[in-house]
Amino acid sequence: MPKYLLLKHYRGGPDPLDTDVPFDQWTPEEFDAHMAFQHDIARVLQENGEFVDAQALTQDGAWVRYGGPDAAPVVTDGPFAEAKEVVAGWFMIDVESQERAYEVAAWVSSAPGKDGKPIHEWLQVRQVMEDGPAEP
Amino acid sequence: MNDALLRGLVPQVLGVLVRRGNDFATAEDAVQEALLEAHRTWDERMPDDPKGWLITVATRRLIDLRRSEAARRRREEAVLSEPPPGPVEQADDTLLLLFLCCHPALSPASAIALTLRAVGGLTTREIAEAFLVPEATMAQRISRAKRTLSGEAFSTPADIAVVLRVLYLVFNEGYAGRVDLAAEAIRLTRLLARESAEPEVAGLLALMLLHHARRDARRDRDGALVTLDEQDRSRWHTDEIAEGVRILTAALAQERPGEYQVQAAIAALHDDAPTAAETDWVQILAWYDDLLALTGNPLVALNRAVAVGEVDGPPAGLRALDGLDAALGEHHRLDAVRAHLLERAGRHDEARASYLRAARRTTSTAERDHLTKKAALLRSRPEVR
Repeated sequence: MPKYLLLKHYRGGPDPLDTDVPFDQWTPEEFDAHMAFQHDIARVLQENGEFVDAQALTQDGAWVRYGGPDAAPVVTDGPFAEAKEVVAGWFMIDVESQERAYEVAAWVSSAPGKDGKPIHEWLQVRQVMEDGPAEP
Repeated sequence: MNDALLRGLVPQVLGVLVRRGNDFATAEDAVQEALLEAHRTWDERMPDDPKGWLITVATRRLIDLRRSEAARRRREEAVLSEPPPGPVEQADDTLLLLFLCCHPALSPASAIALTLRAVGGLTTREIAEAFLVPEATMAQRISRAKRTLSGEAFSTPADIAVVLRVLYLVFNEGYAGRVDLAAEAIRLTRLLARESAEPEVAGLLALMLLHHARRDARRDRDGALVTLDEQDRSRWHTDEIAEGVRILTAALAQERPGEYQVQAAIAALHDDAPTAAETDWVQILAWYDDLLALTGNPLVALNRAVAVGEVDGPPAGLRALDGLDAALGEHHRLDAVRAHLLERAGRHDEARASYLRAARRTTSTAERDHLTKKAALLRSRPEVR
């Protein structure tokens, strides 16, 4: 079965809808409902035997590169050039088909946000390459 | 199968093998394999003499390991001498092993992993799961730790402060992992406390018990964090609180204070309050003054500011934060404490900004969720002037 990485960005994407309201403008109840939805996704994927991993990342990060011999790594703190390029977290799933991966991504994107309305977050879906021969 | 029995036997069996002249690293591998074999077979048939069984299986495995090692060495034309047969000592070497595994030469992560395996009797897989890393990674971390220790004498006098630090770190991992590391840390600290009259050992054991007693109240049904002031105190384990207080009282009577005893005293005062409002903050602040004098740790100064805020009011608490920016920099807890004090001072807009900054900086999802919700709650509340 192919594995897919579902990258969560929260902000941005090809054509963000205006349902995208920052967390700090939600009520605690809306936030709870949103987090409960995320936990439900993980639980159901686990029950389906499709779950591989889910992680959240801290918001702040750094760009780092080799600084040359005898030099320290070159480190640049955020902010990243484009906020929309900041990955907030991911689900990794092991599913039957690309169609199923898209279905799961759409489900993740339907999480409730402000006023309980779906956040319509864009998810980036990337297939994980395999070590063995590619499936036809 | 009796898991507790098996895990208690692991360090004893390892001690026997090492005393017979086997090197620690190989003996430890052999005992781990015997442990896995016990996990596989004891459910069906429990041996009459579990310790003897483990020694036999581990010894057999040790001979196998040595044979393959010998084959390797023969290729290098080295001579292998059989280890001299030694007496089977009845002494319990658990503590000697604990001191060896918490050797100052090891990094904390390595000491923790090795301690849990060689002294705690956990399997590599269990340890890997607790720390959410692949089993092969954990196995490698443990063998590297053993290589670092090769050449160290079994009875090297160790630093008890390092042992306590490792046990404390294991305890703190306990809230996150799948294996109950907090309970394991308490079990190992109990073993140590039985043999050592050092008051800091008792202090650490008391501290663990007094914190562990609140474990069921620390999260709500959905797994969200519940802060101390909002915990359902009827869910605290009063037997553990009573035991912790008894151990702490005896330790303090020795009049050789240390940071674990003082932290335990603070935990005891929280545990002793029937409601959050009845907390004896004046005494807690006095203990924080002692703790700060003992450690000089800026994180202690940060927690002390919360107590100052309770005793002398939020503005005084905020003043107690002055100067901590330099030491704590972007530590999320500084933002969280500042937010808490600003909220209590009625400065809700600033409090909200601080909560959000703390939420952005924390590395814990549970804390992030908690802090984000605190900020959200303040949005709907007007400034208090």
